[in-house]
Amino acid sequence: MRVIELHKSVTDSNDRDAEILRQQFESRGILLINLMSSAGSGKTTLLERTITDLRNKVNIAVLEADIDASVDAERIEALGAQSVQVHTDGMCHMDAGMTAEGLKAMDLEKTDIAFLENIGNLICPAEYATGASRNVMILSIPEGDDKPLKYPLMFEESDVLLITKTDTRPYFRFDMKKCVERVRFLNPDITIYPVSAKTGEGMEEWENWLLEQSEIIKGKVK
Amino acid sequence: MHELGIVVHVAKTLTELAEENNLKRIGSVTLEVGEVSGIITDYFVDCWNYFKVRYPLLKDCEMKLEIIKGINYCTECQHEYEAIRYGRICPKCHSEHTYLKQGNECNIKQIEAED
Repeated sequence: MRVIELHKSVTDSNDRDAEILRQQFESRGILLINLMSSAGSGKTTLLERTITDLRNKVNIAVLEADIDASVDAERIEALGAQSVQVHTDGMCHMDAGMTAEGLKAMDLEKTDIAFLENIGNLICPAEYATGASRNVMILSIPEGDDKPLKYPLMFEESDVLLITKTDTRPYFRFDMKKCVERVRFLNPDITIYPVSAKTGEGMEEWENWLLEQSEIIKGKVK
Repeated sequence: MHELGIVVHVAKTLTELAEENNLKRIGSVTLEVGEVSGIITDYFVDCWNYFKVRYPLLKDCEMKLEIIKGINYCTECQHEYEAIRYGRICPKCHSEHTYLKQGNECNIKQIEAED
């Protein structure tokens, strides 16, 4: 027996795979977005509204990741957008290898923006790079303004925070100011958009950000 | 199933390492696990033992864990303190401007292998 010293993080090989995938997508001018949140925060509903609103401007495809079922992919396909469902077989997050496999099953020739709708979970998805160029997370009003305190990592890893279901604010004790303060303390660079996919409030700002990022990625190719 | 996900990554790294170094069998793997990394150590070892038997390279590989203490650092008074005992608020000056200095690790430290 001989001893081999490694001293490397378990996520090292995943970080490498993620970097390769990121470069592949950016060289094709496709903006890959990792969308993370807890279960039931409204990831699919937000995507439905975004796809509908931007229908005439950009081509959006969605890679749906769930432990089981394909209800989400069916909802996206009903809008005429391309969607592929991956099952993680019990795993609580998507890593770069799984993301690359799922994306292989898609025809991305005409795609401008590809979303990875990650597993509904505020913890593990934040720990694994997926190869996405931007991380976007959702916190919905009913979940509460204390979530940045309890699950700091995802707020630290995200470029954008969407505070969703703003139409339900009258019914919940959600302190928007406190929430924003807590998030900014963890991540001063994060962009925050309060939105409601139901009423459309704030959606334009979010969608403009999306279009802008897509242009930045396309600009890198030229 | 957080622990299972990590086990898959450990197995992948060891398989790559074995290919690079022509290793036939790995006898043990030592991991450094932070106290506040969110890994439940008993469950982690169970997941490893469940997973490893499928691979000839890993089937006799014992998982050894070294625990790294969770230490927070206070940016107001420069005090270092136990993260698990006191949490985010500095016990000395009561500031909340603290960060985790160590204790979130999950590193593969070393392996014992046969050529």
